[in-house]
Amino acid sequence: MSEDLYQEIILDHYKNPRGKRVEIDSLAQSHQVNPTCGDEITVEIGQNSDGTLLVSYDGQGCSISQASASVMSELINGKTPEQAAPIQAAFMELMKSKGQLEPDEEVLEDAIAFAGVSKYPARIKCALISWMALSDAQIKASLTAKTTTRNE
Amino acid sequence: MFDVNELRADFPILSRSVRGVPLVYLDSGATSQKPTQVLDAERHFYENSNAVVHRGAHALAEEATDAYERARQTIASFVGAHVDEVVFTKNATEGINLVAYAFSNATDKARQGLDVDQRFVIGPGDSIVVTEMEHHANLVPWQELCAKTGAHLRWFGITEEGRLNIEPGVIDSTTKFVSVVHQSNLLGTINPVREIMDMAHAVGALGMVDLCQSVPHMPVNVHELGADFASWSGHKMLGPTGIGILWGRAELLNVMPPFLTGGSMIEMVHMEQSTYAPAPQRFEAGVPMVAQAIGLARACEYLTDLGMENVFQHEQELTAYTLAELGKLPGVRVIGPLDTHDRGSAVSFVVDGIHPHDVGHLMDSMGVAVRVGHHCCWPTCRRFDVPATTRITTYIYNDKSDIDQAIAGIKSAQEFFGATVAVSA
Repeated sequence: MSEDLYQEIILDHYKNPRGKRVEIDSLAQSHQVNPTCGDEITVEIGQNSDGTLLVSYDGQGCSISQASASVMSELINGKTPEQAAPIQAAFMELMKSKGQLEPDEEVLEDAIAFAGVSKYPARIKCALISWMALSDAQIKASLTAKTTTRNE
Repeated sequence: MFDVNELRADFPILSRSVRGVPLVYLDSGATSQKPTQVLDAERHFYENSNAVVHRGAHALAEEATDAYERARQTIASFVGAHVDEVVFTKNATEGINLVAYAFSNATDKARQGLDVDQRFVIGPGDSIVVTEMEHHANLVPWQELCAKTGAHLRWFGITEEGRLNIEPGVIDSTTKFVSVVHQSNLLGTINPVREIMDMAHAVGALGMVDLCQSVPHMPVNVHELGADFASWSGHKMLGPTGIGILWGRAELLNVMPPFLTGGSMIEMVHMEQSTYAPAPQRFEAGVPMVAQAIGLARACEYLTDLGMENVFQHEQELTAYTLAELGKLPGVRVIGPLDTHDRGSAVSFVVDGIHPHDVGHLMDSMGVAVRVGHHCCWPTCRRFDVPATTRITTYIYNDKSDIDQAIAGIKSAQEFFGATVAVSA
């Protein structure tokens, strides 16, 4: 059935989205569409005085795309680009895993609920669209991680 | 009338399971399933007569050429066309592009001072007319042609009930070309194409119809439509993928500049220039899709045996049932005409509070294959202020039990998401 896709966490974020249409001092934004279904999302990015990221989004789409955007904003808001980078990388890796990866809850928190999505090729783009918009907005605002954790 | 249970035996895929439950296939508007007769025809060709057509003098080449041209005759007869007016294309999209590029290429050649048929020369001050319910395949090529030539794109809008709003003045003396869909793949609406083609001809314009959703589902005679061109695909009418049909009046096809050029489509070739074969070879550059043509011809025979009037009646009954059952569900709204008058079997709907992707996913988990999204009709979705729809499309192998399973799937989606999901906007 569909319980592996529609986890409670996902339905909760869908019905009660976090961080949607929050007013922020935006440095850049990225508008992404999923041309196969018409889902749209705009992610705005800004920076607090302490260097941490401010994220806001707006859009319309299916439960997976909207819940993923909500989870993304909750995870990334208040993180430095360096703290955000491994979370973003872990989410990308999870989406490519075809359901074969046990997600790390320490890193991904609520985003582990999307593990089941990776088993449905038609829905992976739904889960990824807000994260793609985030990465694009970061590049436009030059708010990508300056150091990598690769050698740690 | 044919027996659905009996003919389902011709479609092996219909007896498989998906997600652990029996498949209910309600996405024939996207592509139809294929009967073994069509698959066997293709296999028989490859096993017995496979060779390249229209070249070579050996026995297989002769047999292959003969089978290919007989297929063209069968397909032409299926829609009341003359055999020389049937061009094989990759798909319906290519057929529409072929006509759009005839305009584009003729216009380019006219700018070079070359002698071209003026009916295909277009520019600023001219207009092309489409409708708001076109598939992207019958919209984007005309947008592109307008962008290249400076012509203007106009369109007929859609009424609230999903009918064309055929306003006077959209087609006028500036109009050079009119292209409309016969049956909308999203709304199911069957349009009065004869009336629109007559309007086009009255101002000296040429006209085209997109038959993708009509030829598979109802009797169609291309001459009775009053059009100059028509395009449709093979794979939606029990045939293989990789083949579409462009029908055009022979007189026009033979003066149009070619689209794709190369081998097979020439008359004489010199290093400086070439001349081209008459239609249909003029538009069939390269080695064509022989097995697919043979498969599609077999599909035409299969449908002829059932009787296209019977096919239409069968689907009318199913459509009436689908509309009635959807009408009983609270929170479900059909996008398109609510009765079967001038309406085909594509039924789109939205469910309050649940995105079409989620509706489709829950239906899929019960084995029901439906299409979700904008169905390549993004402007039509925008017209009805919906991001997307869920769409049920039926064919000869569906019956009421398939619709019942679809309705059960919609109900389960409503239960799963809570009938009154209050999603904060």
